[in-house]
Parts: sequence; structure tokens; C-alpha cells
Amino acid sequence: MSTATTTETKDLAPVRTESLAALLVTGERPPRPSALSASLTFGWRAILKIKHVPEQLFDVTAFPIMMVLMYTYLFGGALAGSPKEYIQFLLPGILVMSVVMITMYTGVSVNTDIEKGVFDRFRTLPIWRPSVMVGYLLGDALRYTIASVVMLTVGMILGYRPDGGVAGVLAGIALLIVFSFAFSWIWTMFGLMLRTEKSVMGVSMMVIFPLTFLSNVFVDPKTMPGWLQAFVNNSPVTHVASAVRGLMAGDWPADEVAWSLGWAGLFVAVFGPITMRLYNRK
Amino acid sequence: MSQHTSGLAIETAGLVKTFGETRAVDGVDLAVPAGTVYGVLGPNGAGKTTTVKMLATLLRPDGGEAHVFGHDVVRDADEVRGRVSLTGQYASVDEDLTGTENLVLLGRLLGHHKKAARERAGQLLEAFGLTDAAGKQVKHYSGGMRRRIDIAASILNTPELLFLDEPTTGLDPRSRNQVWDIVRAVVAQGTTVLLTTQYLDEADQLASRIAVIDQGKVIAEGTKGELKASVGAGSVHLRLRDPAQRPQAEQVLRLAMDADVQLEPDPVALTARVGSGASNGQGAAEQAARALAELARTGVIVDNFSLGQPSLDEVFLALTGHDTHDAKNSTDTDDSKDEVAA
Repeated sequence: MSTATTTETKDLAPVRTESLAALLVTGERPPRPSALSASLTFGWRAILKIKHVPEQLFDVTAFPIMMVLMYTYLFGGALAGSPKEYIQFLLPGILVMSVVMITMYTGVSVNTDIEKGVFDRFRTLPIWRPSVMVGYLLGDALRYTIASVVMLTVGMILGYRPDGGVAGVLAGIALLIVFSFAFSWIWTMFGLMLRTEKSVMGVSMMVIFPLTFLSNVFVDPKTMPGWLQAFVNNSPVTHVASAVRGLMAGDWPADEVAWSLGWAGLFVAVFGPITMRLYNRK
Repeated sequence: MSQHTSGLAIETAGLVKTFGETRAVDGVDLAVPAGTVYGVLGPNGAGKTTTVKMLATLLRPDGGEAHVFGHDVVRDADEVRGRVSLTGQYASVDEDLTGTENLVLLGRLLGHHKKAARERAGQLLEAFGLTDAAGKQVKHYSGGMRRRIDIAASILNTPELLFLDEPTTGLDPRSRNQVWDIVRAVVAQGTTVLLTTQYLDEADQLASRIAVIDQGKVIAEGTKGELKASVGAGSVHLRLRDPAQRPQAEQVLRLAMDADVQLEPDPVALTARVGSGASNGQGAAEQAARALAELARTGVIVDNFSLGQPSLDEVFLALTGHDTHDAKNSTDTDDSKDEVAA
């Protein structure tokens, strides 16, 4: 016959064709799930995957801790006199930078996941098509939240004191997660567009490093040359960092919040449809 | 239920799909009656999987038309999706999740409430003999178990049309028989099944009509009986005690059975293809018996004798003049077969 398989089948309980037949006739068709319900179900899938492979939380725990410690002590003395004073300025920015960097993993997981047989099944379901991708990003939003909580905790231990209190901190994190959710559509696009995991990683680095470092996360842009200021002052990461910094300090930086949300809307509007086009073609 | 009344579950006309230079599917016409098992038989790379993917709305045809229960697979894709389920060559379930989680996930995506989805998942796992493995990740399942969970996922909502793409490739005979039993149970409840396979006996066991496809084209279509008649009844395989007697045996067979005789690489073995009843209107068994008697009479000692059904190779040889191995020069997705052994 064909290639050999396992012997496990011998111990397997037999198929009960009578109860199977009964199941087939009773099968009623419920109405199709709503877009929200389908998206949430895919979000639940993402969480189940985290549950089964908890190691994948490494990048939202160890990596953020490393980022806070490294930059606080590396630049603190030179830029602000002491690490303790620098962290007051740095923490909201490094939070934004790290979470935006973590979004990059979305592309890699989409790229590896999409090749699996289960996607053929998802694609033959009569559901709202983007729900698969939205579900991914909802799962990722959970990861961003974990990373944010971890970094804030480390920051507080090192002496960061947000003047905005609990409300300010929550508002800052909420804005960051909304932005990251929207920004991730770039990665879903690359995840579907590029052929291998490695190329996704390579392209992601090319995008993420300039975008996050060329911002106001570490220093005031006023010290930069004019041409660089022009880029930095208009970068979405700068707007989000300023907004989060303001919110956590207890201010209401309406302009910066509006800019952040505007960029978020733009990312979804541009990269969402491209992602879905690629997804439908795969 | 659909409005159409033609009684056809699938109807395609001139279906074409090209990948670069390769015409993976090259003008396929199919008419699949509702409520039956329809076999699509062909070697790797023949275009079976590509055809199924177009019918299941996974691939967009480059030419021709395809209707499923009267709905166009491109224009009314959502209508089609509501009626079909697909079980691929590889397990179309999430390997990282457990059996229960997979079925609950799909149940939710089909619109069941949490409780109903759990209930249905439990019942299906039990019917498929997977209750003990319900909490295990699918990646730890054996090949046979994967097929079961895969088919279970396909019938969470009883589909009107079920695509089974090489459901038993790589399974041991026992698991294969169990899959066949499941398919029979599904069809008995009125679901139409489109089965692709490389194995003639599988199509023979399950399907009422068969299309043979090769290099993207349907090269024969009909009921099992029609197809077999066109191919011949099968082959007689002989093993002699003395290789020196082989030329003599060859001659006897040729005369007694009026058949093509092939000399095997093994110096004591030879195979005679039994003609399609051309020899005095006799069946294959009678012809073989006559040949055996003739061999005994002429003193040829036969150690082993068997009468086999025509193999897929023989079907292909008869229909195309080349065997299945020549048909492999395509880039069809059929080639990307996963190892099902756990």
C-alpha cells in the first residue's frame, strides 16, 4: 500500500457510525457569526496558542525589562545627570518604542501560520474575511498589554513616578495599544507578502529601527540637525511617545493624541485593505 | 437550501488554472450528481487538489466556470462556503490546539454559542472515538487520529458537499477502512462527497461515478463499470519455480488468454493483462483458470498465482499510453503532500 504510519491506531476506540449518523441528521445550522464574534473567536485562538506555548511570551517580558534597564543606565548619567532622573523622561518613550518593536513578531507568526492546512479551512468558512487577521491582532494586543505592565513595574522599581496617576497611566497604555494594533497591519501585510520567515524578519528590521530610534524617545529633538528634526517631529512614533508621556504626566496633550489616532487610522486604512487583498489571493 | 433544480452538486465547464507556465487544470468539465460519492482519480500532480481548491473557493479559476449547487464559486463564494467543507491532504486543523479546542473554535466560527459548540464537540469526539485524546494537542495525534479529527471538523455543521482530498494517503489499511466507514456514514445522510484519490480500489469502494484526470484534463469519466470495461478486468500475476520455463509460460498465456504478457524484473515472475471480456465472452477468472489448466498441461510449474484488479498504473496505461510516473512533471500542489505519520 502506501507509506507506513504509526501503530497507535490499534489502540484507538472505534468510530461509532450510528451515533455519527445521528449527529449528522440533527445538525442544525445556526446563523453566521457577526464580524465581532468571529474576530473575538480568532482572538481566543491566539490566546490558546499562548497557553500551549508560553515560551513565546519571552519577547514581551524579558525583552522589555532589558530595554528599560539598558537605556536607563546607559544614557541616564550622561543625559539627565542620573538614571533616576532620566527614567522620569525615558519610561513612557521606551515603553512606546519597545511595544512598537514587539509588533514586528506579528508578521513572522502570520507568515508561518498561513502556510498551515488550517488556513484552508478558515478560508472556506462563511465568515467576515478580515476576522482571522483581526483575531491575530487582538491576541497581540494582549501581549502588548503584558509588555506594558512589565515595563511599568520595572520603571516604578527604578524610581519612575507618573504624575497622572492610575488614570493617566491607563490612558497612556490604552492609546499605545490602539496605535500598536493599527500599526501591526503593516506586519500582517509583510507576513503575507514575503515568502519566508527570514525575509519578513529582515524587512521588519529595516522598517522598525529607523522608525523607533529616529524619534523623541531618548532625547529632545532640538539637539538634532534640521533635516533630521523634520523627520523626527513628524514621525508617528514621536507623536505617540509625546502623547503617552503627556498622559502619564497628568496632562491632556490633545494635539498629540489626535496625531497618534490619526496615524493609527491611516495605517488601518492603507494596510488593512492591502492585507486583505493578499490574504484573499494566497 | 438552494434554488437550483438540476440535481447536480457540482457543475464545471472548461475550468482552467495556470501556475506560471504550467496549466495545472486545463479545461475540466465535471457534473457531480447530488447525494453521491464522486471519485476523482489521478496521480500526483494531475490537478486534483487544484480543482478541489477552486471548487471550495480557495483558488480563483483562470478560465471556465464552476457552480456548486447552482452558485458560482467566484461570484457567490459566500453562498458556496456556507454549503461545503474541505478536508485536505494534510490535516486542516490547528496542530497547536487540542482536539476539543479545534472543534469548539470551528463551532464558534460557524455561529454556535459557546455551550452548543462544546456540546457538539464532545459528541463528535465521542462518535469518532477520540474522547481519550480530546485534551491532547493535535500535533501529538497519529495519522489515523488526525484524519478523524479533520473529518469531524468538516461535519460540525452537516455540509451539503464535502470535499475529501486524498483522505487516506499515507494511512495504514486499518485506518483507511475506518475512514471509508465514516465516508459511507456521511453519504448515507444525504451529503454529497467529492473524493480525490490516487488509489483505484478506494474509488472503487466508495464512488459511484469516477473521473480520471491526468495533466489537468479529464481523460475518462463514467460509472465504475464503464471505466473498468474500458481498462480491462485486471492482471494475472504468476511466479514460476524454474526461470527456464518462463518463455514457455509466456507463450502459453498469450495463446490461452489472448493477453499482453509482461516479463517482470524478477526472472520467475510474469504478468498477463486480462482483456475486457474479448476472449470468448469469458470473465477474468475463467480466462485465468483456463490459462492455469493449460500451463499445468504443458508442464510449467507455477508456485504462486494471483488475480489482481487493474491498478492505477494500468488504468493510466490503458487510457493514456503512459504510466503515472510520467505525469509527475507538473508543479501542482498535489506534490506538497505532508507526512501524515505522527
